Amino acid sequence: MRANTWAGRNKVKVRDVPDPKILNKRDAIVKITSTAICGSDLHLVDGYVPTMQNGDIMGHEFMGEVIEVGSGVPADKLRVGDRVVVPFPIACGACGACAAELYSCCENSNPNAGIAEKMFGHPVAGIFGYSHLTGGFAGGQAQYARVPFADVGPLKIESDLTDEQVLFLSDILPTGFMGADLCDIQSTDVVAVWGAGPVGQFAMDSARVLGAAKVIAIDKEPYRLQMAERAGHTTINFDEVDVRSRLLEMTGGRGPDKCIDAVGMEATHGAAHVHAYDRVKQAVRLETERPHALRQAILSCRSGGIVSVIGAYGGFLDKFPAGAWMNRALTLRTGQCHVQRYMKPLLQRIERGEIDPTRVITHTLPLDEAERGFDIFKNKQDHCEKVVLKP
Amino acid sequence: MQRRGRGLGWMSLGLGVAQLAAPEAVRRISGVDDSATSRAVVPLVGARELVHAAGLLTSRRKGVWAWTRVVGDAMDLTSLGIAIAHRCGHRRRRLLGVTGAVVGITVLDLLTAVQATRARAVGPGPAVRGARGGGPMELTATTTVRKPSQEVYAFWRDLGNLPTFMAHLEEVRSTGGRTSHWSASAPFGKSVEWDAEIVDEVAGEKIAWRSTGNPDVPNAGTVRFVPAPDGVSTEVHVLLTYDIPGGAVGKAVAKYFGEEPHQQLDDDLRRLKQVLETGEVLRSEGAPWGKRARKEFPQRPAQPLSDSELAKGADA
Repeated sequence: MRANTWAGRNKVKVRDVPDPKILNKRDAIVKITSTAICGSDLHLVDGYVPTMQNGDIMGHEFMGEVIEVGSGVPADKLRVGDRVVVPFPIACGACGACAAELYSCCENSNPNAGIAEKMFGHPVAGIFGYSHLTGGFAGGQAQYARVPFADVGPLKIESDLTDEQVLFLSDILPTGFMGADLCDIQSTDVVAVWGAGPVGQFAMDSARVLGAAKVIAIDKEPYRLQMAERAGHTTINFDEVDVRSRLLEMTGGRGPDKCIDAVGMEATHGAAHVHAYDRVKQAVRLETERPHALRQAILSCRSGGIVSVIGAYGGFLDKFPAGAWMNRALTLRTGQCHVQRYMKPLLQRIERGEIDPTRVITHTLPLDEAERGFDIFKNKQDHCEKVVLKP
Repeated sequence: MQRRGRGLGWMSLGLGVAQLAAPEAVRRISGVDDSATSRAVVPLVGARELVHAAGLLTSRRKGVWAWTRVVGDAMDLTSLGIAIAHRCGHRRRRLLGVTGAVVGITVLDLLTAVQATRARAVGPGPAVRGARGGGPMELTATTTVRKPSQEVYAFWRDLGNLPTFMAHLEEVRSTGGRTSHWSASAPFGKSVEWDAEIVDEVAGEKIAWRSTGNPDVPNAGTVRFVPAPDGVSTEVHVLLTYDIPGGAVGKAVAKYFGEEPHQQLDDDLRRLKQVLETGEVLRSEGAPWGKRARKEFPQRPAQPLSDSELAKGADA
């Protein structure tokens, strides 16, 4: 089959690889009909996530049709012919973490748990196409994929919604939603969202759906801010104004009640010298993150507020504003998304028309053009927001 | 050699910080304070030194990082050569002095790099600390399984189940109520077999065993099953003791356990948890060999197995 693979830093390559096979009894093989490029794929391609290997199949947002199931998958859970969306964290459904609905911290789904444990203190779940630190699982930017624990993860789509309407249930829609969910949103809340990429856009929509009084988008790409504006959100361009003072103006000096970091480890900063400082430290690996968005969110949030982090971080950062966090009684909440927890309720919200996931799609390309897709997405060319690939 | 590698690392750190923090002083001492190019080059070289330092101070593979220093030296000597060709008087004398020092450092770097590389290539396998000449080795590990203690106990008490999750075991066969015959496979250097007997046992709580007769590697173990505070799970606490002999067998055992013997037992218990909670040991494309996935890196790429790889089965 054809698959998009990691080919070294800043390089992806579509090549021929063997077709996937059942390796465990609870596996299924899915023929992929739609898949997507995620912002976190860029962290892998940019070389900031360790343990990638040449030839690793990328991609963790995919859906398709079940063409084979292992002997351990009960027929009432999944059958050949089912149309499914596959959540990006692989979860067993039986361990303590899964019992607590912390699926992205599944204790059984990462064969390389020993390595993850060294890096993070405790292991994390396996993830499709997301380095060997998260298990070394082949990803979904391919014609077919093997899905472990297929009786637990995949969500069956039984209505006639299009691929584009449900594909993002695999990652970015639940991730954005969890960002808002972690904020305990009240009807009086002003919610500020750093990053108007696809996850940021869905965090904004989710904050509104959950009843926020006002949602503010912070980014520097005019086309991304316009996209947020068209969806009814207020915007701040950090290239043009000082974010903190603008936020104070917009909130009568209180600061936003809830702040969401939908940026993560590769933030850019309005001030060139601060950006250069973190960029150099990151390049020589003295810190792995460029955490401006997180720093700014903590400093901007009102006292007693919640800062929710859904942008991806992988290692260590410095100049963490611990003083602001502690003295002003802030709550910091975070996590890789526990997708399985949110898929069903979000599918219902899509069916009811409360959320329209298709609004972020700007490009649809054949899988064979994945390389070009990565290029325009990474360089924000051609007003690129979200690339869907068709195998 | 590890120590020399670390020493070079600290030297890189010092140089790097000096070149970044006080580039003017460095340029004056080196006799290149008259050149605009050096204003850009000196901090760059400083940044590069920080990379060497980070590598040498944090990585265990000092050989590779020592080679990066050799490459850096070659770059420095080239720059210095160009600088010397364009200068005379006191600046030239300073440059010659600095060049002499760099040549000396280059020799040291080259020596370290060659030795470190050679030691990696032909050196003895990493040994268990304290067990080089033989001696006792104790390993402990613990995990929590979301199953009642009776069930976890019963699984372990059926000793034939142990090889499904313990990497080094080939087969355990019950030979009587409390006696059993164990065999460990190739990782131990050669196939090793021994008899064992259960010396203490409380149903649902504890099993203790030890090898009998005259085994190559006398060993004993205790596993305790303790109900976890959540009321549904069981904490499994394992203590294994190996009396590692001197000689070839001892060396093979020590090599098998590697630098981090605890990692083996931790991984064994992770697989115990997988088998009990999910039914089997999970395979990924990057790590498809189940309990045989001992040497974790580099793995095979995360793409589907070929037919011949698949034919090897889960424990290839």
